[in-house]
Amino acid sequence: MEEEEKKESHLLYQPGVIRKLWIMLYLICGLTLVPEFFIEREPHFGIDAYFGFFALLGFASCIVLIMIAKAGGIVLKRKEDYYD
Amino acid sequence: MTDFPPAWFLILGSLPVPFFKGNLKNWYLIFLTAAAFYLISQLSAGSSWQIQFSGFNLTLLRVDKLSKIFGYIFTLNAFAAFIYAFYLKDSTQHIAALFYIGSALGAVFAGDLVSLYFYWEVMAVASSFLILSRKTSKSMNAGMRYILVHIFGGLCLLAGIIIHISSTGSTDFNTITDHNMGTYLMLLGILVNAAAPPLSAWLSDAYPEATVTGGVILSAYTTKTAVYTLIRGFPGWEILIVVGCVMTIYGIIYALLENDMRRILAYSIINQVGFMVTGIGIGTTMALNGAAAHAFAHIIYKALLWMSAGSVLYMTGKSKCTELGGLYKTMPWTLLFGVIGALAISSFPGTSGFTTKSLIIKGAINEHLTWVWLVLEIASAGVFLHAGIKFPYFVFFAKDRGLRPGETNKPMLIAMGFMAFLCIFIGIYPKILYDILPFDMKYYQAYTAVHVTTQLQLLMFSALVFFLLLSLLKRTETIAVDTDWFYRKGGRIFYSVMDKGLNGLNNAADKFFVKGITGSIIRFSQNAPASIMLLFFIPYWSIIGLDPAKKAARKEKLYRSFSAGALSVGLISISVTLYLCILFFV
Repeated sequence: MEEEEKKESHLLYQPGVIRKLWIMLYLICGLTLVPEFFIEREPHFGIDAYFGFFALLGFASCIVLIMIAKAGGIVLKRKEDYYD
Repeated sequence: MTDFPPAWFLILGSLPVPFFKGNLKNWYLIFLTAAAFYLISQLSAGSSWQIQFSGFNLTLLRVDKLSKIFGYIFTLNAFAAFIYAFYLKDSTQHIAALFYIGSALGAVFAGDLVSLYFYWEVMAVASSFLILSRKTSKSMNAGMRYILVHIFGGLCLLAGIIIHISSTGSTDFNTITDHNMGTYLMLLGILVNAAAPPLSAWLSDAYPEATVTGGVILSAYTTKTAVYTLIRGFPGWEILIVVGCVMTIYGIIYALLENDMRRILAYSIINQVGFMVTGIGIGTTMALNGAAAHAFAHIIYKALLWMSAGSVLYMTGKSKCTELGGLYKTMPWTLLFGVIGALAISSFPGTSGFTTKSLIIKGAINEHLTWVWLVLEIASAGVFLHAGIKFPYFVFFAKDRGLRPGETNKPMLIAMGFMAFLCIFIGIYPKILYDILPFDMKYYQAYTAVHVTTQLQLLMFSALVFFLLLSLLKRTETIAVDTDWFYRKGGRIFYSVMDKGLNGLNNAADKFFVKGITGSIIRFSQNAPASIMLLFFIPYWSIIGLDPAKKAARKEKLYRSFSAGALSVGLISISVTLYLCILFFV
């Protein structure tokens, strides 16, 4: 039983695995940029003509959203029993 | 008369529910909703079941492509939800669900405003039972607040309908083009049900308190009936673009702040309905079809996500991210189906969201609405952040809390598998959905190399940010204050302000008027005659040379005689004469 537990925790919680997952994530992000070299973009608004525009948009907007949520949290977060 | 209103098919069909015992009850419910789906597929276009009621012309069954697509998805979702609820033998919940789903169908197939309003209210009442049935004090209170907010929304709708009918003279419900008090009130009432901020807090307040299956059922009907009503009545109303864009961002910010997994999903409903409302505001054929298609796809993946969260709640009894984690080890199927739902809501290529949300965004692009397009793209990135990754990550991975609940029951897995299949099926074969869209349009090809590439870039870089900023996203044991503060906390503050303010005013008035002025008047009336007499007697006592002690004693005696009314005739006549003199001169 104990051994089983040990085996289980080896699955995802090992530092090595996490490192590999990080590399994979970066790799996938990089890969999504590759097709841009080969495809004909159809920019409509001008700003979307830049290389990797959507990658940057996703990256930047998520940072901004998290920051807004973080700042909002200072004002909006309350203990769970706030209304009790 | 072959066509029968599907609403009454389910509402009347709920009556025998208590008489079925055991699993037979669940089989009956599954059969009933499947039959309702078939019934809708057989309905022929046109209006029927027209009746006169209190001088109003009612059309109980108006069938066209718009009502049909919502009819299909409402019954399809009901079918899956009752498979999911196979373990549940509580007749109250099942009957409430059938009334709720039935009246949602009634609203969608109603051809006039009066019956729309009728079904609207039945929906509000029936759905509240799905919250109250959890029977915790939290759910009771949330259920009460839920019904009160919907009564408010319903009254706005009713007032609007009355003004609209009296100004147009018709009860028909078609596209509304007049901008007046009546139509604005109707819009306000509908936006309450669509959960548009600041009228949205009822959703995130009540849905997470519902029962396990109640949450699955609730997530589909109220907001999507509102979406249907907006498509039918208010297409191209530009205010809806603003409302929708606000909803998309609002839902994300709050979902990022939340700790309870079902509250995260509740806020993501607001976010997703925001996309639909924006599409309705744009109002072109493509955008309106997009709103309908997205509602269709959304009901499936959102129900799937609620099912997945419901299974976790059912097995562990917990719903907070701070108490969950590491469940991938013992609930792999729930995880898999949950992830498919999460990918679909994020519009991952290959899932339903990708083929439906694109219609709305393409609608914005075609109308050259730069800001709207940008907000929708930003919101799409944000969806992946809060629902696509945050929900599965914190529930199934993150910190292992040592929970080993085991996989959930088979019917739940079958229902989830069915919904997950639909998410992928519509994702890779969208034609089946595009063919039933309400308005004719040229076939839209979602899978172009550019579209797939840009969408993958948007999503993968959002995922990167999630993991890079994971430390900022750590869950805390908190809730986030929403606009329900005004009637939850604000109500109490209002009470105490009124209590202290008005009671203080009352006390001050009592002190000043009752005890102060009235007292003075009483004292004056009691002492005035004696005081007036003293005006005469004090100089007289001085003249006859009385010493101060005797003067005081006489004065005292005089006051006593006046208050007792024991006066000699001489004294009375003196006092009367003095009075008359004073009256004469004053």
